[in-house]
Amino acid sequence: METKMQEKNISANELEQCVKCTVCTAYCPVLKVSVIYPGPKQSGPDGERYRLKSSLFMDNNIKYCLNCKRCEVVCPSGVKIADIIHSARETYGRQIPKVRDFILASTDLMGSVASPFAPVVNAVTGLGATKFVLDKVMAIDHRRTFPKYSGTKFETWFRKEAAPVQGTFKKRVSYFHGCYVNYNYPQLGKDFVTLMNALGVGVDLLEKERCCGVAKISSGMFDTARKHARINIASMEKAMSDGRKVLTTSTTCTLTMKDEYPDILGLDNTSVKDGIVLAIRYIYEMLEKGEAKIAFKEGYRARAAYHVPCHMEKMGLSIFTRKLLKMIPGMELVSLDSNCCGIAGTYGFKKENYARSQAIGKALFDNINAVNPDFVACECETCKWQIEMSTAYKVKNPVSILAEAVDIEKTKKLNNA
Amino acid sequence: MKFDTIIIGGGLSALTCGIKLAKAGRDCLIIASGESALSFNSGSFGLLSRLPDGTAVEEPLKAIEQLPSSHPYVKIGIDNTRRYAASAKEFFADCGISLRGTERNLWRYTSSGKMKRCWLAMEDTTAFVSREDKVGDKALIVTVKGFQDFFPGFVAESLEKKGISCRCESIELDELDMLRSNASEMRATNIALTMEKDKIRKSFVKEISRIRQDEDMLILPQIFGYEDTRALEDIRKAVGMPVTFISTLMPSVPGIRTQKMLKKAFEAAGGTLMMGDCVTGAVIEGGKIKSVLTSNLGSYGLEADNFVLATGSFFGKGLASDFTKIYEPVLGLDVDASEKRDEWYSSSFFDRQAFIGFGVKTDNDLHPSRDGEAISNLYAAGSVLSGAESLYEGSGAGVAIITAMYAADKILEG
Ligand SMILES: Cc1cc2nc3c(=O)[nH]c(=O)nc-3n(C[C@H](O)[C@H](O)[C@H](O)COP(=O)(O)OP(=O)(O)OC[C@H]3O[C@@H](n4cnc5c(N)ncnc54)[C@H](O)[C@@H]3O)c2cc1C
Ligand code: SF4
Ligand code: SF4
Repeated sequence: METKMQEKNISANELEQCVKCTVCTAYCPVLKVSVIYPGPKQSGPDGERYRLKSSLFMDNNIKYCLNCKRCEVVCPSGVKIADIIHSARETYGRQIPKVRDFILASTDLMGSVASPFAPVVNAVTGLGATKFVLDKVMAIDHRRTFPKYSGTKFETWFRKEAAPVQGTFKKRVSYFHGCYVNYNYPQLGKDFVTLMNALGVGVDLLEKERCCGVAKISSGMFDTARKHARINIASMEKAMSDGRKVLTTSTTCTLTMKDEYPDILGLDNTSVKDGIVLAIRYIYEMLEKGEAKIAFKEGYRARAAYHVPCHMEKMGLSIFTRKLLKMIPGMELVSLDSNCCGIAGTYGFKKENYARSQAIGKALFDNINAVNPDFVACECETCKWQIEMSTAYKVKNPVSILAEAVDIEKTKKLNNA
Repeated sequence: MKFDTIIIGGGLSALTCGIKLAKAGRDCLIIASGESALSFNSGSFGLLSRLPDGTAVEEPLKAIEQLPSSHPYVKIGIDNTRRYAASAKEFFADCGISLRGTERNLWRYTSSGKMKRCWLAMEDTTAFVSREDKVGDKALIVTVKGFQDFFPGFVAESLEKKGISCRCESIELDELDMLRSNASEMRATNIALTMEKDKIRKSFVKEISRIRQDEDMLILPQIFGYEDTRALEDIRKAVGMPVTFISTLMPSVPGIRTQKMLKKAFEAAGGTLMMGDCVTGAVIEGGKIKSVLTSNLGSYGLEADNFVLATGSFFGKGLASDFTKIYEPVLGLDVDASEKRDEWYSSSFFDRQAFIGFGVKTDNDLHPSRDGEAISNLYAAGSVLSGAESLYEGSGAGVAIITAMYAADKILEG
């Protein structure tokens, strides 16, 4: 009988596991700098108990959660605090997203519209007057530098330059490039394809790729996020039907598709979950199993400071980056202290969050300045914007660092590619 | 992926072992599913305050001779225990953690103002040589208005029994008003973070000086020392009377600070930390662990020559129970525990609890076993071990530190 009672008490996201120890509040980066946010314990398990009784207990200030998941990483009881918070925003929230949130969340739509006009958009978003309008009318903070839109989309480049030769590889993977690579930073996608090809692996794109949905989840556009998620799951299922993996270079897209689809959007992704693999892990495993060989350039020298993005920490994948980068002769890898950069995707773009966002990141910026590296190594694109805007250091994705350090021609030969 | 040693757990025991190994040049991975009991630490470490028969202990390293052979201190050898205990202060000092203590137990205040024995006290935890030590006759007990994790009334009651007269005050500061608007922010760690700012601490201290009458000692909750351990000395100088910090309800400021410093020391020595991942099982072949599996990495095993299990007791999730048995949930190791459920606990919360002494069964080298078969490349350390009733004996940190050092040395020798 007692067991039955316990089974009846099980609720979503390990809510009932909370022992009220408050450790989560001690590590939440938002609480450290701000008062309006109720904090992980109150917004998460404590508040949920009340919300379950009546939706009147919903406190809209839980929207200040960055979804960085640091609280979940430290919670001794395995409570999925951030998932409780973001599910509550949908279940109990009464806010309709603003036009601004819609624009920031539509990373794909904005990208498609902006890319052909990249030079114009970049010039315009960089202009004082535009920033003024963005700031006053749209409440996008004027102090923010915008990620540049690239002229040629990654997909366009890929179809023209890379696709034709992929057929020559026996081993194939599919690539979920994400909005950032497609519209803002195709170079990362190019580095990825070059590297994979040199390792003897062909790359295909998914038949249909939509934004992973992270920005939509954080702006409260749950239905659109769900619609896109379903398309992504179906495309990935199709790609994986011949046993291949879908590789990613964005940590946040990876976390969203693997964990947030079921935990926040309530979608079943079991058919694809294990097949989604962060590129850096895939490459490491290939080398480890002896399925590919790698040759590095002679004389490569770099001193990199490694910032583990919050979502990388949550997924526990930083060990792969560390081991891979340490393989590079001439690489000195310095670990930065575990801190949040403060941007959390589109969070830091919103005017009401700008000051908070910069205050959260300060510890990280100070740490980088003190280390004074050649560059910062980091897998996350929004961390890159934030760090490059707030310090004088360039940020490189480990995939790009590898592509730079690897002797591509020699590696190709080693892999008969 | 292969490491020299993989340590499961992220508490005092895991970090002590990891730092020792990493400093000796070993490639070491720590996998921790969450923060540890250090987050609730009182600001002091206990080695032995009471023997199982209830006798109070003044000199812990002498008294360990009287412990039963099943106790971890005796298992690893009394001389070893003494040697590791003697090296602890220096070990932590190298990690930037300064501890005070001698061969004789010190006395510290608990959060309710009672006095308890301890072995080593953190830099900003006030500890006394004798229970009767009094730093003054008239105490001013000051807290922050709205702070609910400290009870000046209880503290006053205890002090008054010692003949110290007390006056309790709570201070309001504009800078802290901001925190008060949010109940969940009025936590020791968040206040401590605010108090780290020189300006705020100065106005707090100024306010104390303003309300002080003829008191000759000041008592404050431990809402200082987020990073800067000099707060105690600063305040003492500014108010011109002895200052005592009293531990608050959790989270503990000195505990979390210590946890962070240990993690930093581990990474600085070249160790790899994997936080927030949970070891779910292991591949065991021929009496040895080949690899461990985690919830994040699924079927991808992490390999090592040696493994250390430092997953803590029930609170840390190193031990678990259901309605019929006590078990070790990660690797299914053999445990020392009573089979009768009614012997597990006393229904009075404050009584001595038998289940605290339960834990993983090991040989004298700290090798655990599964189904009676020893696992030769696995060591257990800290509160996951059986044989120490840490709460009753006051031996929690001592067992965690000393068994971790022993396991590290065994690995280095081997
Ligand atoms: C509330 C409280 C207060 C205490 N205060 C004091 C004090 O003031 N002084 C004192 O001397 N002692 C104190 N103790 C005793 C304390 O248990 C020891 O001092 C010591 O900190 C125990 O350390 P440990 O490393 O053995 O275990 P823990 O600190 O419990 O650490 C266990 C670690 O293992 C991790 N873990 C568990 N399972 C897994 C898994 N499957 N995979 C990965 N990681 C896992 C946990 O997340 C945690 O990080 C206190 C204990 C408690 C519970
Ligand atoms: S850390 Fe986990 S168990 Fe502790 S209060 Fe927060 S959610 Fe609850
Ligand atoms: S996800 Fe990050 S911002 Fe949100 S409550 Fe947890 S720690 Fe705080």
